[in-house]
Amino acid sequence: MNLPPEFWTYLKVVLLVATVPAIVGFVIVLAERRIMGFMQARLGPNRVGPQGTLQGLADLVKLVTKEDITPSRAERVVHFLSPVLAVIPALTALAVIPFGPPIKIGKQLVPLWVADLNIGLLFLLAITSIGVYGIILGGWSSNNKYSLLGGLRSAAQLVSYEVPMGLSLVAVLLMTRSLSLVEIVRRQESTHLWFVFPGLIAFFVYFVSGIAETNRNPFDLPEAESELVSGFNTEYSGVKFAFFFLGEYTGMIVISCIAVTVFFGGWLAPFPHVKPLAFLGLVPGVVWFLAKVGFFIFCYIWFRSTFPRYRFDQLMALGWKWLIPISLANILVVAFAILLTPGRTNGLVFLSWVFGGLFVVMFLLSRLRRALTRRDRLAAGGPAEAGAEV
Amino acid sequence: MAGEEQTPGAEKPREAAKPVKREAADASGHPWVRSVRAAVPDAVVSAKEFAGEVTVTVQREAIARVARHLKDGEDFKYCVDVTAVDWKTRAPRFDVVYHLYSFSKNDRIRVKCGANDGEEVPSIAGVYLTANWCERETYDMFGIPFSGHPDLRRILTWDGFNGFPMRKDFPLEGIDTGAAIYPEEWPDGGGPPKNDPNRKVVS
Amino acid sequence: MSNEKISQAEKDAALHVAEGVRAAAPAEHTLFDVQEMELNFGPQHPSTHGVLRIVLKVDGEKILEAKPDVGYLHRGTEKLFETETYPMGIPHTDRMDYIAAATNNHAFCLAVEKLLGVEIPRRAQLIRVILDELQRLSSHLVWLGTSGIDLGAVTPFWYAFREREQILDFFEEYCGARLTLHCMRIGGLPFDLTPGWTDRVSEFISDLPARIDDYEQLLTDNRIWKRRTVGVGVISGEECIEWGLTGPILRGSGVEWDLRRAKPYECYDELDFVVPTRQNGDTYDRYVVRVQEMRQSARIIRQCLERLEPGDIRGKVPRVIKPVAEEVYASIESPKGELGFYCVSNGSNKPYRMHCRPPSFINLQALPRLAKGHLVSDLVALIGTIDIVLGEVDR
Repeated sequence: MNLPPEFWTYLKVVLLVATVPAIVGFVIVLAERRIMGFMQARLGPNRVGPQGTLQGLADLVKLVTKEDITPSRAERVVHFLSPVLAVIPALTALAVIPFGPPIKIGKQLVPLWVADLNIGLLFLLAITSIGVYGIILGGWSSNNKYSLLGGLRSAAQLVSYEVPMGLSLVAVLLMTRSLSLVEIVRRQESTHLWFVFPGLIAFFVYFVSGIAETNRNPFDLPEAESELVSGFNTEYSGVKFAFFFLGEYTGMIVISCIAVTVFFGGWLAPFPHVKPLAFLGLVPGVVWFLAKVGFFIFCYIWFRSTFPRYRFDQLMALGWKWLIPISLANILVVAFAILLTPGRTNGLVFLSWVFGGLFVVMFLLSRLRRALTRRDRLAAGGPAEAGAEV
Repeated sequence: MAGEEQTPGAEKPREAAKPVKREAADASGHPWVRSVRAAVPDAVVSAKEFAGEVTVTVQREAIARVARHLKDGEDFKYCVDVTAVDWKTRAPRFDVVYHLYSFSKNDRIRVKCGANDGEEVPSIAGVYLTANWCERETYDMFGIPFSGHPDLRRILTWDGFNGFPMRKDFPLEGIDTGAAIYPEEWPDGGGPPKNDPNRKVVS
Repeated sequence: MSNEKISQAEKDAALHVAEGVRAAAPAEHTLFDVQEMELNFGPQHPSTHGVLRIVLKVDGEKILEAKPDVGYLHRGTEKLFETETYPMGIPHTDRMDYIAAATNNHAFCLAVEKLLGVEIPRRAQLIRVILDELQRLSSHLVWLGTSGIDLGAVTPFWYAFREREQILDFFEEYCGARLTLHCMRIGGLPFDLTPGWTDRVSEFISDLPARIDDYEQLLTDNRIWKRRTVGVGVISGEECIEWGLTGPILRGSGVEWDLRRAKPYECYDELDFVVPTRQNGDTYDRYVVRVQEMRQSARIIRQCLERLEPGDIRGKVPRVIKPVAEEVYASIESPKGELGFYCVSNGSNKPYRMHCRPPSFINLQALPRLAKGHLVSDLVALIGTIDIVLGEVDR
C-alpha cells in the first residue's frame, strides 16, 4: 500500500499544524497552572479528571459555550478577524519545524515536517511577525482605551524585539550557511556541536526576544493585567478569546521549537558522538525534540512565576540599548572567528570555549556581587537590618 | 474560657488608679497660647487643657493666620487633621477643629474656631497641603465653605448630592437628594450610541 | 508601452490619494504633538485595591495629571458612631480598614479610654500589643502580596497569603472572627487567650524571619523589581510632613517618626524595637521599610509573649459608659500610618461626634504629586506603595 505523498502532507498538516497545537496548547495551560501551583505553595487545578488532567478540556468547553460579546461601538469586522489573525500565523509557522528525523512507515520514508523550505528561518521570522496584527487590530477595534494602549504597546514591543531576534539568528546563519531548518539540524549533527555553545550569546538574545515576542512574563506588557486589565483582549470573550489564548500558546511553542531546532540540535540526542552517552541515541528523535521543547515551555512558566513585569520604557531600553548592540557585536565576533580559523568547525569550537568561559566568569561575578551586596547590607546594620535575628 | 493561662490566685489587689482629673483646666497661660496671642492679637477666644491636650479656640477670621504662626513660629509642621462638630442649637453652630503636631515638641495642639451656617472659614490649605482634602471632606459633610480653598468640591459624596450628611439635622436613613447618579451625556466615544434602545438615563 | 501607461495611471492615482490624505489630515496633529487622552482608572480596575477611581490625563503612557476620585465606599461610619453607644461603635471600626481591624478597634478604644481616664491592666495591654502587631504583620503581608502582583510578581502573593492565613487563624482562635475582628473592648479585651495560643503564636513568630527571607529573595535583589521601584514616586521627608504622610511612607523618606516611639501607648515604651528608616523616599525604600517593620513586629510579639503574666484583661469600666462632656484625640500607629480618633462627648452614652483621622485617606491625597510625570505602569506601583484600603479612605 503505497500512499501518495500528498496523503502524508495533508495528514501532517491536519495533525501537526491544525489539531495538535490546540490540544497541546491546553495541555500547556494545565501544566502551567499545575507547575505554578507547585512553585507558589498551592495545588493548582486538580478536580477535573484524575489529577486535573481534564481541566484543559473543561476550560475549552467553558470558553466555547460562553457568550460571545462584541462591544456596541467596536469595529465589528476587525474585531471578529483579529483573533483569527493572531492564531493563523502562529499555526502556519509550525509547518516548517522539523519535529524529528524522517521515519519509516511501511516502505515509505516520511519526513516529520510539512515543508522543508530553503528559506525556512526567514519564513518563520516573517510569519511570526504577522501575528502582531491580530493583537494591534484587536486592541484598536475594541474601542476601549486600555485595549488600545495594550495594542500599541504590543506593536512597539514586537517591532523592537523582531530586530534583535533576527540579528541573533544571523549569527547562527553564519555557522550553518543555510536557512533551511532541516539543514541547520543536520549541520549540528555533522559538526558534533549544538549551536548553543558557539551561539551562546545569540541564544540568550534570541530567547529573551522570543519571550518578548510572545508577550509573556516578564514582558507581558500588552496584556499587563494589573495595569491595562488584560490589555488588548479585555473586550474579548468566548471563542474569540480562546483564539487569542491559542495564539499566545502556539507562539510559545513556535518560539521554543525554533530555539530547539536552531540552538539545541533539534531532534538530536545530546552528544551523540560521545561513547558513554551513545545509549541516548536509542530514544527516538521526536521524543528528544518534544522533551527539549517541553523544557523551554517550562522555562516560560518558570519565568512567569519568578519575575515581576518590566515597565514599558525599560522594555524598550532593554531591546534597543542592550539586545541589539549585543547581537550586532555577536555577529562580528562569530564572523571573525569563523573567518580567521582554519577548517569549518574549528571556529565554532573556539567560540564555544570563549563563550563558555565568558559565561562561567559572568556567573561567578554575579554570585560574588550578590554575596558582597548581602554582606554590605548586613554590615550596614542600623535600623534596616536589625531584628533579623528574632 | 479560663485556661492554664489564667490562674485564679493571680488577682492581686491593684493599687488604686491615681485620680485622673476629669475636667478641663484653663490653659490661657500656656506658652503656645501666649505665643498665638502675641502673634495674632485678638485671635484667641479661650484656651483649655484636658487629658494633656491643649485646645485653643480662636476667631474664625484669624484661623489661617494662627495656623501660619503655629507652623512657622511654633514649629507645628504637621497638620494631623481638620474636621468639624455640629452643635445644632448653639451659636456659632459649628466648631471647625484642627489638630496640629510638632515634631520638635512631640505634642499636639487643637485649634478650634466657631462658624455659623454659611459663614466662610479661611482655608488653611495654603498653609498645610494636608488640609486640602480634609477641608473638602468637612465641606462635604457639614457644608462649611472654606474661603481660598483651591478646589472646594464634594469628595466622599458625589457631585450634585443635596445635603450635608454629618449635620445633626440630616436623618440617619438619608433623604431623597434628587441628584442624578449617572450623567445624561457621556463623553465622546463612551456610553451606548444615541439610537440604542437600551440607552437610559438613570437619575 | 502598455506597462508605462499603467504605471502612469498608478502614479496619478497614488498622487490623488496622497493629496486626499493630506487634505483630510487635521492640521494641528503633527508627529510629536502632545496628544492627551483621558483615561478612567477604576473604580473597577484590578490594581486600585478597591473602588478607587483615578481620572488620568495621559500623553501616550505618560501621566500628565492624576485626579483621585474617592467616596465609592462611603458608608457614613462617623454618622453611625453618633447614633450608637460607645461600645457599639467598635464593630463599625472593623469595617473601615478591613485589612487591619484590630488596630482600628484599638484606636477607637484608646480614644474612649482617654476620655474616661481608665487604666488598662497590664495583661490586656500586652495582648493588645500582640494583636496589633499580628495585625500589622497581616496588613503588611497583604500589601506585599498585592503590590507584588501589581508589578507582575505573582509568587510572593501566595507566600504572603499563606502566612496571613495563619495569622487569621490566630485571630479566629482568639475572637472567632478572621477579618472584622471586634477584638477589643473599652477598658480592655473581651476574652482571655485560649490555652496554647501563645505557644502557637510563638512558633509562628520563630518561623517568620525565614519566611520573610523567602519574600526578600524573590524581590529585594531582583533587578526588575528594583528597576520598577527605585526612583519611582520619590518624595522627601519635608514634603511628606507637608502632605501629612505618615507611616512607612514617612519613614521611607528618612524621618524616624513612629507613634509607638514618639507617643507610646500601651506598653510600647518598655519594648525594644527599632523604627526602620530609609533615606531615598522612593517606592523601593518604602518596600524595604515595610519588610523591616515586619521583622520588628515579630520581635515585639516575641517580647510581649515573654512578658505575658496572668492577670485581669479588663479595667474598671462602668457598665454604662457616660464620659464627661469633653473632647480628646487619641491615635496609634496603624500599619498605614497615624490612625486617630477625635471623640467629642456631651455627657450622654453616645459619642456626640466621633471623627476618624484615616491614614489611607490622607496618604492618598499625595498620589497626584507622586504620580506626575510617571508612566501608567508606575501609577500601579504607587497605589500599591501608598497602601490604601478604600474602606478607610471612604469610611
